Amino acid sequence: MEIKKTAIAGTLESSDVQIMLSTGSNGFEFDLESDVAKQFGDQIKETITKVLEMYNVKNAKIKVVDKGALDLVIKARAIAAVQRALDIVDAPKWEVLK
Amino acid sequence: MKDQKERLRRTMMFVPGNNPAMVKDAGIFGADSIMFDLEDAVSITEKDAARYLVYEALRTIDYGDSELVVRINGLDTPYYKNDIKAMVKAGVDVIRLPKVESADMMKKLEKLVAEAEKEFGIEVGTTNLMAAIESAKGVINAYEIATSSDRMIGIALSAEDYTTDMKTHRYPDGQELLYARNVILHAARAAGIAAFDTVFTNMDDEEGFYRETELIHQLGFDGKSLVNPRQIEMVNKVYEPTKKEILNAQGVIAAIAEAKRKGSGVISMNGQMVDRPVLLRAERVMSLAAAANLVDEEENYIEK
Repeated sequence: MEIKKTAIAGTLESSDVQIMLSTGSNGFEFDLESDVAKQFGDQIKETITKVLEMYNVKNAKIKVVDKGALDLVIKARAIAAVQRALDIVDAPKWEVLK
Repeated sequence: MKDQKERLRRTMMFVPGNNPAMVKDAGIFGADSIMFDLEDAVSITEKDAARYLVYEALRTIDYGDSELVVRINGLDTPYYKNDIKAMVKAGVDVIRLPKVESADMMKKLEKLVAEAEKEFGIEVGTTNLMAAIESAKGVINAYEIATSSDRMIGIALSAEDYTTDMKTHRYPDGQELLYARNVILHAARAAGIAAFDTVFTNMDDEEGFYRETELIHQLGFDGKSLVNPRQIEMVNKVYEPTKKEILNAQGVIAAIAEAKRKGSGVISMNGQMVDRPVLLRAERVMSLAAAANLVDEEENYIEK
């Protein structure tokens, strides 16, 4: 599926993560900002990538500002962001929620 | 899960549903029930995000023995249907509906919950329900609301909206809530479900908080909704049985056991007749004592 509009989810408060998705044409292009990028950068990207794949998104620019979010928070924010970007907030894809 | 009717529900702590730090830590304060809020604590633009955050938290975090409750958005909003689906799928223990005024509202909720259970392959009847009563009409209809569904585990008074509806506001002595509290309590007891008192929001007024909690404890409420984890210990202190009450309860339970062994019908202890209400009270004292860590595994009183 193609990203229809730029969308943001999450805040810059402690334990949260802010994820911004916008249209791209070259796979997943990450821009990650995190105090723990060295240790957890790959894991953060993997969690977001998995969510995008569940929605069949192939291309996206992904800006991530992590404030020490747990994996479940990253996943929840990614789901919110992608549903907003795909304009399906009112009719979410329930099968994605495991 | 413990027997729903006898489960201790002294404290139901509100947790804003879109706050990862608070959602993540909600289990560490020892609340009997944790109530994740998708309603008033979440702004209109973040309803979807809060729903997924609470969903992922419920699926991932171990909240121990706490009963897990979610306050969904009201039936007069565009959000409740997706709230219900997500929370049923997440396997929440209880869905709390705000601003309930009639049994029909609970029946509408129950129908949607049952549909969601079917859709997600969950046994129909798994998800429990409770109602928050926030208006004069809700108080008048408290009993029909309390008995609206077999899934009902409790009803709660929500005093901010209620006092506004009554053209008053909250006073320190709580006279303005006396009728609503008693009606809700009687409806709950007659229906065999729990009764929850309203929140107390002024964190600087500790004396007022104790006064209110002692009052609702005396009336017979199961417990109270709370906005701050600091209040959990304070409520538990009010609900803690005294040494005398515990020793008396143990005596009652022992006397009953002794009588059963002997096959005698009427039981007396220290010259007083021990009947069913006395036994039920004794059992509740012992469960409160256990929750307050005042007895050991064999139910012996632990001297402090």
